[in-house]
This record gives sequence, C-alpha cells and structure tokens, in this order.
Amino acid sequence: MIDVLTRMLRTGVLTEPGAGPEDSAPTAEILHNSLYGLLGRALSIRHVDAGSCNGCELEIAALHNPYYNLEGRGVHFVASPRHADLLLVTGPVSVNMEEALKRTYDAAPDPKLVIALGDCASCGGVFGQNYASRGAIANVIPVHLTIPGCPPDPVTILTGILKAVRTIRLTA
Amino acid sequence: MEVFVEQGELMQQGADLPSNVECRRLCVDREQWLQTVQTLSSSAARLLSLWGADDRDRDGCFRIYAAWLLPASVLVLEHPIDDGGLGAATAPSYPGLARFFPSARRMQRALHDLLGVVAEEQERDERGWLRHGGWPDNLYPLRRDADGHQSYPVVSAAYPFVTVQGDGVHEIAVGPVHAGTIEPGHFRFSVVGEKMLRLEERLGYTHKGVARRFQELTQLEGHRLAARLSGDSAVAFSWAYCAALESVTTTPCPGRATLLRALALEHERMANHLGDIGAIGNDAGFAFGFTQFSRLKEDLLRANRSVFGARYLMDYVLPGGVAADLPQNAHSTLLNVYRDLEAGVLAMRAIYGEHAGLRDRLHETGRLGREIAEQMGALGLPARASGVACDLRADHPWAPYDKLLQKLSDKAPLWPITHPDGDVAARVQVRFDELLQCLELCRVLLEEISSPALSGPAQRSVQAALPAAAPYRLGMGLIEGWRGPVMVALETGTDGAIRRCHAHDSSWQNWPLLEYAILGNIVPDFPLINKSFNLSYSGQDG
Ligand code: SF4
Repeated sequence: MIDVLTRMLRTGVLTEPGAGPEDSAPTAEILHNSLYGLLGRALSIRHVDAGSCNGCELEIAALHNPYYNLEGRGVHFVASPRHADLLLVTGPVSVNMEEALKRTYDAAPDPKLVIALGDCASCGGVFGQNYASRGAIANVIPVHLTIPGCPPDPVTILTGILKAVRTIRLTA
Repeated sequence: MEVFVEQGELMQQGADLPSNVECRRLCVDREQWLQTVQTLSSSAARLLSLWGADDRDRDGCFRIYAAWLLPASVLVLEHPIDDGGLGAATAPSYPGLARFFPSARRMQRALHDLLGVVAEEQERDERGWLRHGGWPDNLYPLRRDADGHQSYPVVSAAYPFVTVQGDGVHEIAVGPVHAGTIEPGHFRFSVVGEKMLRLEERLGYTHKGVARRFQELTQLEGHRLAARLSGDSAVAFSWAYCAALESVTTTPCPGRATLLRALALEHERMANHLGDIGAIGNDAGFAFGFTQFSRLKEDLLRANRSVFGARYLMDYVLPGGVAADLPQNAHSTLLNVYRDLEAGVLAMRAIYGEHAGLRDRLHETGRLGREIAEQMGALGLPARASGVACDLRADHPWAPYDKLLQKLSDKAPLWPITHPDGDVAARVQVRFDELLQCLELCRVLLEEISSPALSGPAQRSVQAALPAAAPYRLGMGLIEGWRGPVMVALETGTDGAIRRCHAHDSSWQNWPLLEYAILGNIVPDFPLINKSFNLSYSGQDG
C-alpha cells in the first residue's frame, strides 16, 4: 500500500490544462463549462465500433488517461445507448454490423448526436464500399459531425466532441 | 510419393518460397495432401494459416494453401483442385485439416464463405463464419467471376449455438456491441448461477472484405491496407506485407530501414503491453494500475510522434523501407523515454506482484494448461504464458533479429519469454518481462542505428526502389507481432496488380483457447480473462 501511495504522490496530477498544446484545443475549463452550460450535467457518450480496425478505439481509450482526463471534464462513457446523448461511431460500417448499428441508434434517446470518428467512419477510408462494407457511417445512420484522421489523436477527438455539442443543441 | 515420411525429407521436397524467413513450397495432389498433413500432425509442426485462391481463369483450378511452422522453417502446401468444369453440380472440395489441426476449423469455414470450397470433414460445421447473411448464398466474393463491388441487403438468418442442458442452466448472450470501448463480437455463455459451463464465440462482425479489397490495389499501395487490418498491429502487418513483396521482387531492404522497422515493431509491442497490463488491472478493480499504465503508454505514443512522426504507425513501413529516418535528437529523446518507462515498469511490477487484492483476482483465473495450448495449436503470447516456447524472433529470426540475439546483454532474458502457469497472472507476467526485454532491445537497436558502419551517406538510405514484380509469383512475409505471428501471403498479378493477398493473425489460433480458459470460472471474471488474451477481432475477421 505504501508503494502505491508513494507512487501516487510522486506521479502527481498530470492532467494538462488544455487538452494539448495547440491553440485551437479546448481548455479543460472551456470544455467543462460548455458542457455544463449546454446540458447542465455531464455528457454521456456511447461508443460503437461499426467495423473499425481498432485504431480509432485506441485513441478513444487514450482520452481516459490522466493527461486528457476526459471523465474529469464532464464527459462520461456509458455502457448502454439508452443512457447516451451522443454516439461516437468508428469504422466503415461492415455489413455484418449494420443491423447492430441501426439498433443501437434506435435505442439512443432523442435528441441524439452522432459523430463519425476517423477516416473510415467519415468516408469509408481505405476499405471503401463492397459486398461486406457499407463505407461511411452516414450511409447507414444520420451523422452530425465527422472527425477525420487515421486515427484522429485525442486532442482532435476532444475538439470534435466539443464542437458537436456546441453547434448542435441537445436540449430541445 | 513415399518420401512423405520424415519432416526433414519433407523439406527437401518442393521449392524455395520467397520470404523473409526460411520457407518451402510444395505442390501436392489429394493423396499427398492427406499423407503430408498426417505426417505433419505427428511432428512438432504448428498450423499457421489456411487460405485459397480462384485460379480457374489460368488453369481451371481452385488452389488451397496451408502453411505450417516447423522447428526451423515454414512449409507451404499447395493443393490445386480441378473444379470439374463450369457449372459442376457439386462444390469443389479438399480433405479437411481439423481432425489433425483443430485450429483449422474456423479457417475452413471462412474459406468456404469466401471461395465456396468445402473442407471434407466427418462432422462439418455448415454455419457461416464470416457470412452473416450480408450477401447472397450463391455469392463467393473471392471467386473471380463474383461481383464483390455490389451491396446486397442483409437477410439475417438464425445461427444455432450449441446449447447446454441441465438443471438451472441458462444462457447469457453478449454483443456484438459490447459495453466498453472494444471491438464487436458475440459471446454466448451457458451458466449455472455465476459459473461458466461453456462459451461459444461468434465472430466475423468486422469483416470488411479486405481480401477482395487487396485485389483492387496496386502492389505499392497494399501496405496501407495491411497496416489497417488491425490498427494495434499496424507495423507488424505492414512489415509482413512489405517483406512478402520485397521477397518476390528480391529487393533487399536497406540495413538502416530494417533496424528502424524493428524499432517501430518493438514500440508497438510495448505500447500494447503497457495498455493491456493497465486494462487488466482495471478489470480487476485496480484503477491505480490503469492510471499509471495509461500514462506510461501515452508517454510512449508521444515519443512515437516525435521520432516516427505519428502516434500509431499506420504509414511508417513502406515497400522497400520506411517513410523516414529518425530526426536528429531522436536518440537522446528515446533513451530518456526508455529510462523513465523502465523505472515505471519496474515499480509497477513490484506493486502488481505484492498487491493482495490483485493477486487474488489474477492467480488461478482463466487457466489454460500447456497440454491444451499445444493440442489446440496456440501461438504467440498466450502460448508462451502457458509454457509453450515459441517466438518467431527466436525460432525463425529474420533481419535484423538474426543478428540481435547475441547482442542482448544479460539484463534482458533471451527469447522466448515463457511462464508455466497459464493463468491471467502468467499472461501479465509475460507482458512485464517482454516489456523489459523490449526496452533492452530498443537500446541495442538505437546503438546499431547510430553505429559508424551505418553513418556513411550510402548507408543512410531508408528506402530502396522496387523493381516491377513478375506476375503470378507468390511471396510470404512472417513477423512476430505483439500478439503472435502475423503472416501475409502475396501473389502478384500483371502490371503491378495484386492477384491475391491473404493476411493472417494468430488470433485465429487463439480465440478458441479462450473458450477453454474460461471453463469453471465465474461470469464476472470473463472480462478480465478476455482482456488478458486481448485477441484481435478486425485482424481475424478481415
Ligand atoms: S480511420 Fe484508420 S484507425 Fe480508424 S478505423 Fe479506419 S483505418 Fe482504423
């Protein structure tokens, strides 16, 4: 236990004031305040892998590390689409995931936001469309915002989430 | 051919197959296929992959290929099947391998889904593996006369899972959309109370038709798709692809680029191991472990960006070499990162080893015995954690690993790193040990990269030009990725086209092991056990 405590103390607080060095990156405060102002509570995100290569997932997972500290900024990943304000969808839509994606979309309560994350989700990426791939997410469910990149880095994802929440009012 | 008796003799047969490892190719008829498979099954051979091609446009045949890892080389069997003329009433078939090599079962189903060639088995599983009703029953996308471009409406059909009967037995269905940020797949548990009696996996959800997609790309574009088969193994897959292409065109990759590829591959291994150890801690209720390791991983990814130009190296390995040399200050940056990583990993290893709560969750959980691992043809990290010593970097060393083995100091254990226990704790331990070995290896690689022998202007090149490849040549790339072996078999077409490209991830071999490892464990431990294997969905589904 002593070891754990010592290491915690030595590590200190790593969360960066801004989500990254770039000017355009949202600061913790802006993100937090924007979300709070818009929703009056935390933003709940449901991630859906509609056929991705797992690269985009790794960068979403990175948002939970102490540098980005997404949960600490009022963004919460939930286990069920029924609890979600926003669907963060990755991958080209594989034909085998089409039905599951549609069902997940239907299960999310209105009003709902959909972000297509990554090049594949935005336009089909390197996989394109064929007998097994429907390409972009927008070919299957309505999409509000795309975040390009292969995979997009955590700062880009964070910026995109904020942009989506800002531009599209969730509260009726 | 009575020569098919001894493995040594087997290797005398056939011809060299261009590859980054020692590899032979043997063309056999039906009888010889049967005999050879039987001979291999009674030897130390492990099935690596099974795939097929439609060559009816060239010689009226389908071709089935199977690759085995032998102790010192790789053997590829090639079996042409005459399709019996156009419109033949019965589907073309070949003698199945599953009786001798259980890991072939799902590969045979996938091969049927894509090519419409049937594996003859006493009890053939006729359920589709990649085919979930998304395209018509009579469409086999890898047949050259099939229209793989079209979109078809999904017609979902029932998928009968094997049921377990008994007092109080019930089923839990999970997926394909999982509760966390992970890939999609379906797990069907049969449980009594909280005890798992049986698990049946159904995968294939992320099948994107990559084999077909490869055929629309040129040979000089294929590495981009290869890198995206499984984003966490981008370097391994793109290297395997490039190794296959370079072997076919007999283009040696410049020495410096070879070292840089190895450096990138080891970084990939470390990033994944760091992430996994943290995530396993998290699943065992030890959030502190997750925080610490996700931080260490982020440090490494940031170092990647500064020295390789990207956090994930999707486009770093290219045919003929790598995208760029290290920038000027890379050495000192990396040495600092390695030093901090090592300190962090050592400290955390001690904490993981002593934390009573964690030990309680990890030890004896999800045990995969050595015997089952061997019978089932386990490969890569899960095999090593069950005491099976196998690591391509040691067993079939390719450049630059062939030279590195003796340069590792006493500090780092030699490959392959194994653990006898086969439980979650063992899979964690192997990752810890591999991390430390990687760090040592990366330092050696850096030293090599900056050695005077490589500092002349001619040696600074990191990319060789590739001559045009002759058509209809087969090449093989084999790389030990962080999960295990990653293979790419590439057949060239005319005018720089890809005629056929088959990529294989060792998850094919290892997913069925998870069904054994969970037996008798409780449902709440499943996420933990699953995470300790951390197998690929996309890399397998294709
Ligand atoms: S955008 Fe890139 S990282 Fe994301 S799923 Fe597509 S290939 Fe993978």
